[in-house]
Amino acid sequence: MATTEVDTGADPRVRQRVREGMIPGATSRTYWFYLIPGLALLAVIIVIPLFWNIYLSFTDYRGIKPPEWTGLDNWVKLFGDATFWTSFVNSIAMILAMVVLPTLLGLLLAAMLFDLIGRKFGGKMASFLRATYYLPQIMPSVIAAIVIGWILRPQNGALNNVLGGIGLENLQHNWLGSPDTALISIMVIMIWVQLGYPVVIFMAALQRVDPELYEAAELDGANWFQRFQAITMSIIRPEIFVVVLTCTIAALKVFGPVYALTGGGPGTSTIVPAYYAYSEFFQSQQVGYGATIATALTVVIAIVSIVFITFQNRLERKEEQI
Amino acid sequence: MATELLTTGRRITKRPSGLNRKKTSDWVVLAVAIVLGFFIAVPFLMILVNSFKSPEDYATSGPLSLPTEFYTDGLTAFWERVNFPEKLWNSIYISGLVAVFAVVISMFNAFALGIGRVKGRSWIVVLILLANMLPQEVLLYPLYFMFKQVGLYDNQWAVIIIFTVIQSAFGTYLLASVYGTFPKGLLEAASLDGASRWRILWTVVFPISRPTLSVLLIFFFIWTWNEFLIPLTFLISNATQTVPVAITVLQGDRLMDVTTTSASALLGLIPTLIFFLIFQRTLTRGITAGAVK
Repeated sequence: MATTEVDTGADPRVRQRVREGMIPGATSRTYWFYLIPGLALLAVIIVIPLFWNIYLSFTDYRGIKPPEWTGLDNWVKLFGDATFWTSFVNSIAMILAMVVLPTLLGLLLAAMLFDLIGRKFGGKMASFLRATYYLPQIMPSVIAAIVIGWILRPQNGALNNVLGGIGLENLQHNWLGSPDTALISIMVIMIWVQLGYPVVIFMAALQRVDPELYEAAELDGANWFQRFQAITMSIIRPEIFVVVLTCTIAALKVFGPVYALTGGGPGTSTIVPAYYAYSEFFQSQQVGYGATIATALTVVIAIVSIVFITFQNRLERKEEQI
Repeated sequence: MATELLTTGRRITKRPSGLNRKKTSDWVVLAVAIVLGFFIAVPFLMILVNSFKSPEDYATSGPLSLPTEFYTDGLTAFWERVNFPEKLWNSIYISGLVAVFAVVISMFNAFALGIGRVKGRSWIVVLILLANMLPQEVLLYPLYFMFKQVGLYDNQWAVIIIFTVIQSAFGTYLLASVYGTFPKGLLEAASLDGASRWRILWTVVFPISRPTLSVLLIFFFIWTWNEFLIPLTFLISNATQTVPVAITVLQGDRLMDVTTTSASALLGLIPTLIFFLIFQRTLTRGITAGAVK
């Protein structure tokens, strides 16, 4: 670890390698009792529908007559389906807007609020700004969609009004209605929605830092960026993992804003896998094909998560050995 | 790092003020942070401003001006149309129960995974996280048939059970890693005193991890409150609907003019806002905090 000052005392994670639980005298097997309620509910609510869905992906099913087994037909169709691939390309845009940018900005803002504004302008100011950044997170996405719809409306929407007011008429635009700006608009909205989540979690994590550490570093002549790198980043790494994984999952299955704002359009310019599956399920009544898209999406999310968690575990284990 | 890492931090305000000299660059940073906050808040200000405008006022002066009179008909119209107190109670009931159940399930799971370290726990975490990974559309058809079979369709318990599972997946993931670094000495001491695991869970693990559990409780409550697709599908009758569903169902309605829509958005927002403001202190106490002072 870069900051040895932080590591006072023994690292508790070294002990994690012990096979049995942390309470002496009890083997880990007896803990299974505590997993029963959670796993039983999980089986009914999640695992059964998952397998049901995998089964449906091999059938032709319109929702009324019983499903008809068609083997790999849906899967063959899926791999040649341009809309499906477009939806995954748009997912990458969503990862940029919901994971990469909010996490980076969130790190910067959390450090700024904690290390600079909190210290020099008081904790009240820092808490107030944090609460403001978090506001979009507590807004139901449906309500967010109503308001954003107003702001971006081509005729007398607030944004076009403002642009007209300051003499930038030629920038006025049908923001959500034209293929060239619809995706960008949704991305900006998602950054707005997501930003508060990493800020709150990172700031909570920073509470663990001894403020004197920052002051000592400052007295030693470390500039803001050096303090950020050496102290902030190393301490809140566990939270960075949590934020990146949960946001990546959310970005891959994003549905609400697309459903409420553009319906995947114009054309397929803002379509995402979850919305594509939904429209096949409930609008085209192609339940079998909808299940195929949804299953493919689940597989992608599961692979990403497993790779991520494995990487996280490996990194933690590496740290234990140091 | 053992206890330092887990100690709840001090309040930001209690700082030695030795380095409190403000440089110009500090003021610039503050200004940037405030301007950013303003832009983030703009849509909320717009809801607030337009909720108190009459439709005529809105038509003549557009969305950005301040209301010319204090107009509350939009608010009362929406309040009465949807029987707002009923929707409010439905949302509180569903979100509250989900938050409590999901925290308890997360704690049980994390106790076995983080402290009990059962074999194959990485894979169990991945399995549980499936609840988070599955796109929700996948659940609609199968759960519709299943709940219909047992007579829970159009019953709030269907939604409560579904979201307890979904939310506790995140809780388990987070809490299991927090419990993985639990101060072992405390567990050993309790065990030497002859406490059973059940008692250790409730008398040692639960109180010490309470800050994290409260953060989870708040997250679960707000997340469940804001859920849309599953409540829309499973709560079809008027009397069982939640606030976001009631607002959306009215969107296509021709009696809903722009300012009534805004008023509905305001009413939909206020409860979570109040909830958040009450508990926002708890959030500062830290998500992985919780420990020995």
